Amino acid sequence: MSATGIGAPVRRKEDFRFITGQGQYTDDVTRPGETRAVFVRSPHAHAKIKSIDVSAARKMPGVIDVLTGAQLATDKIGNLICGWMIHSKDGSPMKMAAHPALAATKVNCVGDAVAVVIAETIAQGKDAAEKVKVDYEVLPAVVDPAKAQAKGAPQIHPDIENNTIYQWHLGEKKDVDAAFAAAKHVTKLDIVNNRLVPNAMEPRAALADYDAGTDNLTLWNTSQNPHVARLVISAFIGMAPEHKLRVIAPDVGGGFGSKIFIYPEEVVCLWASRKVKRPVKWTSDRSEAFLTDAHGRDHVTHAEMALDANGKILALRAKTIANLGAYMSTFSSSVPTYLYATLLSGQYNIPSIYCEVDAVYTNTAPVDAYRGAGRPEATFVVERLVEVAARQMGIDPADLRRRNFITAFPHQTPVIMAYDAGDYNASLKKAMEIADVKGFAKRKREAARRGKLRGLGYSTYIEACGIAPSQAVGSLGAGVGLWESAEVRVNPTGSVEVLTGSHAHGQGHETTFAQLVSERLGIPFENVSIVHGDTDKVQFGMGTYGSRSGAVGMSAIVKALDKIEIKAKKVAAFMLEAAEGDIEFKDGKFTVAGTDKSAAFGDVALNAYIAHKFTGAELEPGLKETSFYDPTNFTFPAGCHICELDVDIETGRVDIVNWTAVDDFGTIINPMIVEGQVHGGIAQGVGQALMEGAFYDAAGQLVTGSMMDYTMPRAHDLPSFHVGLTETKAPSNPLGMKGCGEAGAIASPAAVINAITDAIGTEHIAMPATANAVWAALQKSQAPKAA
Amino acid sequence: MASVSMTVNGKAVTGDVEPRTLLVQFLRENLRLTGTHVGCDTSQCGACIIHIDGIAAKACTTLALQCEGAKITTIEGLAEPGGKLHPMQEAFREHHGLQCGYCTPGMIMSALDIVRRNGNNLDEHTIRDQLDGNICRCTGYHNIVKAIEAGAKAMAK
Repeated sequence: MSATGIGAPVRRKEDFRFITGQGQYTDDVTRPGETRAVFVRSPHAHAKIKSIDVSAARKMPGVIDVLTGAQLATDKIGNLICGWMIHSKDGSPMKMAAHPALAATKVNCVGDAVAVVIAETIAQGKDAAEKVKVDYEVLPAVVDPAKAQAKGAPQIHPDIENNTIYQWHLGEKKDVDAAFAAAKHVTKLDIVNNRLVPNAMEPRAALADYDAGTDNLTLWNTSQNPHVARLVISAFIGMAPEHKLRVIAPDVGGGFGSKIFIYPEEVVCLWASRKVKRPVKWTSDRSEAFLTDAHGRDHVTHAEMALDANGKILALRAKTIANLGAYMSTFSSSVPTYLYATLLSGQYNIPSIYCEVDAVYTNTAPVDAYRGAGRPEATFVVERLVEVAARQMGIDPADLRRRNFITAFPHQTPVIMAYDAGDYNASLKKAMEIADVKGFAKRKREAARRGKLRGLGYSTYIEACGIAPSQAVGSLGAGVGLWESAEVRVNPTGSVEVLTGSHAHGQGHETTFAQLVSERLGIPFENVSIVHGDTDKVQFGMGTYGSRSGAVGMSAIVKALDKIEIKAKKVAAFMLEAAEGDIEFKDGKFTVAGTDKSAAFGDVALNAYIAHKFTGAELEPGLKETSFYDPTNFTFPAGCHICELDVDIETGRVDIVNWTAVDDFGTIINPMIVEGQVHGGIAQGVGQALMEGAFYDAAGQLVTGSMMDYTMPRAHDLPSFHVGLTETKAPSNPLGMKGCGEAGAIASPAAVINAITDAIGTEHIAMPATANAVWAALQKSQAPKAA
Repeated sequence: MASVSMTVNGKAVTGDVEPRTLLVQFLRENLRLTGTHVGCDTSQCGACIIHIDGIAAKACTTLALQCEGAKITTIEGLAEPGGKLHPMQEAFREHHGLQCGYCTPGMIMSALDIVRRNGNNLDEHTIRDQLDGNICRCTGYHNIVKAIEAGAKAMAK
């Protein structure tokens, strides 16, 4: 292994600009003559718009224009869409309601935009926005997904009865019911997977610039997938033809899924820029972010697991109601279906699984993919059921898991997925060693002397990443293919640019992708640049989400590098006056087999461009290759997380004292970056388990609408983590990579709740398990000890 | 409009601002020092932390006019004029104390204030406790804590 090659903890190329304050995030970009957009948003969760009067706002200082939904409709700007078709069990297609970028006749959640002020400055825009008079007829709201389908619940969209988007199912109900009927033991749980606000630290932003001279539109935005944004904004919203629209996602300050989606604000900025013929910038403030970023999770589930007398799992069934909010966000339909129910087998050999999912509209912000997207929800169901079953049957939780682990691969689950590689015993064993599970009883006694209840919780999770084979996702309803592209440009001087369709917003692709190229071509790491996030530079790409950039994005680079080697060998053959078949390439040098004749990579690159050694009839000049890589399977990262925590008997406060994560991500390019991804994922999962929760009151007001009300983990809420690895290669891609971006967030909520319930002796506790909630549970489970 | 003068990263600057202009707006929009970020607008996240007369402050809840005559240091003012990085900047890079980079300037400016208040030998508990005013959504803080501990030690050299 070289100091900068695959497997080395190379320090990141991108860090210099960030630690010196020279990153270029969307809000840092300015254009001459730039104006600012300020949105007028509904204060009501559900209301008819009777009238909008913008006359007073128009007269305010610095106001250039005030635009409304009626004008948007007149200009025939199309609706936002959801790009994944789900069919109900009766065969009917999902019911997608109209989602205009500015509401013209009705608002369906607090924060729904009804007008936009375009002004010289933000302050002037805000002043004017307050002068926009909107006359609302307020309607009753529904926010609880479990109540959205009830008779008499407010109907949110016309013609969509019971607010039901689809009633979907997966698996064989008959087989599952038969297994339950024959089971010795059945464990049942009612689970709410709490609604979360992603809260990437950089708020969303958009800067649109219309060039009247060329009729070209440019959009800088906070996107994880600028090409997908361009495609949707062009093909569905009809803003501009694809070739007249350029989308640039520069430095992006975190995404976690929330920046995959196409949002109203970027559409409105583009439209407004064309109307006012000046650049238009919008930067979300945090309050707007809480109201309008797509939220995550929000499932209500009843789940049951059937086991035989020996703790062998026979079947699992679940009924889930998924809240998709007021409108269907870009990929929202796929999250509680194909990203959720397909993972309900966990790491276990479960013969029969059946899952029903009803997706509903409510008067809340749209819900879509958030770190893990469906897989944390599935893991929570499976790992809670396994844990509770073990306790009810008097079997050690680790042992019950072992009895049911899948040990032979490939393994076809009853819910679509074909696991191709893994060693679940290995990750459990290693995690138990690092966590010193043997010493737990002693530590528990010691904690008790300090007035603490100590608990230990496992989560042996699996996820499906490397999203995904295009044909497979197409058959499941996806509107797009999920391949990735790469273009490798070798310059005449031998340096290399890689144009990738992946997008980095914290993952360090500029470093890891360069490590791959450096190792493969034998050129210095410093001589490789990674270019991404600009539709004018990169031809097309599907972007970064679902832990796909390694398994899919880097595989595309490998395929392009294969082609580079083939072409370069042809050039070298002319240079070295040898047969192409005799040229060998190793460590950056082309050699004629069995001789000392060789040419360095840089010389071959130069010769490819000067083309003095071959004629155009023999070989095309240049050295640039492209690949579109379509994966052949999902990848299946898996592992074991163990949480050890103390519960304070007096206050219910939970302190995590030890966290162990052992993950199998397949091949690792940069262990430093991988560990960082694990740390961050755990933090978000612990946040979900202990403190995060988006709450709407009955009228549809978001009660947790700022960072003062919505609690996210701070440094003192978390311990340092013990992170270990096991490795089985992913057989479906050339590098054997599986993906590491979401594992921490997927594994950790169940580990925390399993540990708390172990500590306080209850079957279940709802997330977020705040001190208040734990204290209340303690009053029921323990002899009263607190005031 | 009102006139305001201050020293930013060693340079005297003057600007005309509306009285309601926040220091972070003055830095970002008037001076184009965009390394100072806005993450929450309620003084919770610390992405906007700068130093006013050597003490950490949140630029999103400070009016520009309050800083008349003050000496302001932002993330852009930490490295030496020749480009040599401050030891705390180096430590964040060396220990992978950042991912998306958005909270990073505030984290580094806050870290320097932790060192000012607590000295160069910082333990994990102190760092985690004193980092209360900064939120990072990417790193889980593990490597930020390591970076601050190492950076503080390097500053003593």
